[in-house]
Amino acid sequence: MAKITASVYTSHVPAIGAALDHGKIDEPYWQKVLAGYEFGKQWIRENKPDVIFLVYNDHASAFSLELIPTFALGTAAEFAIADEGWGPRPVPKVIGHPELAAHIAQSAIQDDFDLTLANRMDVDHGLTVPLSLIFGQPEAWPCKVIPFAVNVVQYPVPSGRRCFALGQAIRKAVESYDEDLKVQIWGTGGMSHQLQGARAGLINREWDNRFLDRLIEDPAVLAQMPHIDYVREAGSEGIELVMWLIARGAMADVAGGPIPTVRHRFYHVPASNTAVGHLILENQA
Amino acid sequence: MAGNGLDAFVLARESEISMSLDKPYKDIPGTTIFDADQSRKGYWLNQFCMSLMKADNRARFKADERAYLDEWPMSEEQKQAALNRDLNRCIALGGNIYFLAKIGATDGKSFQQMAGSMTGMTEEEYRDMMIHGGRSPAGNRYLGEDGDAQPDRQPQGQADKKGKV
Repeated sequence: MAKITASVYTSHVPAIGAALDHGKIDEPYWQKVLAGYEFGKQWIRENKPDVIFLVYNDHASAFSLELIPTFALGTAAEFAIADEGWGPRPVPKVIGHPELAAHIAQSAIQDDFDLTLANRMDVDHGLTVPLSLIFGQPEAWPCKVIPFAVNVVQYPVPSGRRCFALGQAIRKAVESYDEDLKVQIWGTGGMSHQLQGARAGLINREWDNRFLDRLIEDPAVLAQMPHIDYVREAGSEGIELVMWLIARGAMADVAGGPIPTVRHRFYHVPASNTAVGHLILENQA
Repeated sequence: MAGNGLDAFVLARESEISMSLDKPYKDIPGTTIFDADQSRKGYWLNQFCMSLMKADNRARFKADERAYLDEWPMSEEQKQAALNRDLNRCIALGGNIYFLAKIGATDGKSFQQMAGSMTGMTEEEYRDMMIHGGRSPAGNRYLGEDGDAQPDRQPQGQADKKGKV
């Protein structure tokens, strides 16, 4: 049977992708960010998944205002890299896992989560920057990736509570899939940042660290936090953090299993406009 | 895309999606939430921005910005705001930063340059603020407090004195 082995959480700041792509990673500014991912790069070599279920948000790349799915599950065999206006990032295309994705769709939709299924969905920095941070710059990504796009751009965006419950449904779906697969679930975006208006540049170090504490220790209560708290405390784009609750909801302890092991925790300010947070939680074997 | 039918639907479900109706986010200084009302207002502005994801369109826009904008059913105010690269104005007129970023990308600007341009700071001032830990939330959570993002404290930096960022 397929198993969720671990969850990985990380910010997906586009400037990190640009720094990697344009050979700026030796600059001290970026070294301070990338140092936080050295552990993860080692760890993933020893804990290579077969599939990553990667929760991210589309930043007006695959979805314009013509169509705004709250939850879009990528069911295609492969996904092209989006041209976000600077030209596509020079990274490998993403190879999906259509069979597992279809199974998750079947299970979660019948579990009352009305997912949108996407067979064409170019993936942007929200998905590719986390892959680059953990896998570096390979010729091809070393595992399959199921993209899962969450609308956090136009309100109403899904609640933390809904995201957390969806994570539980995804866990149930994955663990009822026949093939022996090691599946990781990644939650991306955040942490505190605001990209607009006179309040641009907002960072809330205390709130972010408290969010990490609560995500680890008390996610069910954290999931009750209303949107306005994210926006007021962590900036208008800090709302992306609801996506971390999907990954957290898929961990074993939420379904009555053992508490996950915290393998790594990192926090740094700044990367461009953003506070960078990164966490690796492992389910006990 | 919305009309009375949608409004009625929204009202009927008020208790479940109170964010979009109560707008509790209206009391945060220097912050515009991209909700259904903003999205309706900015539909064509954002769709114009979206078109700049294609290299051919970027080239056509750069060659004659005004002519390219005139192909879109945007308001004159929206076109002027786009021509002036006035992102605060674009956002007030319904733009969303992730869409507006396509204009910045076409100009070769980073997200940091774009975000900074909305504060009145120079690029250096804004970058320094970020390196020193970013903008504090203190005094910037509610309108009427005394933080640096409050309306009576704009613009924040020296960008005006050094010309356009």
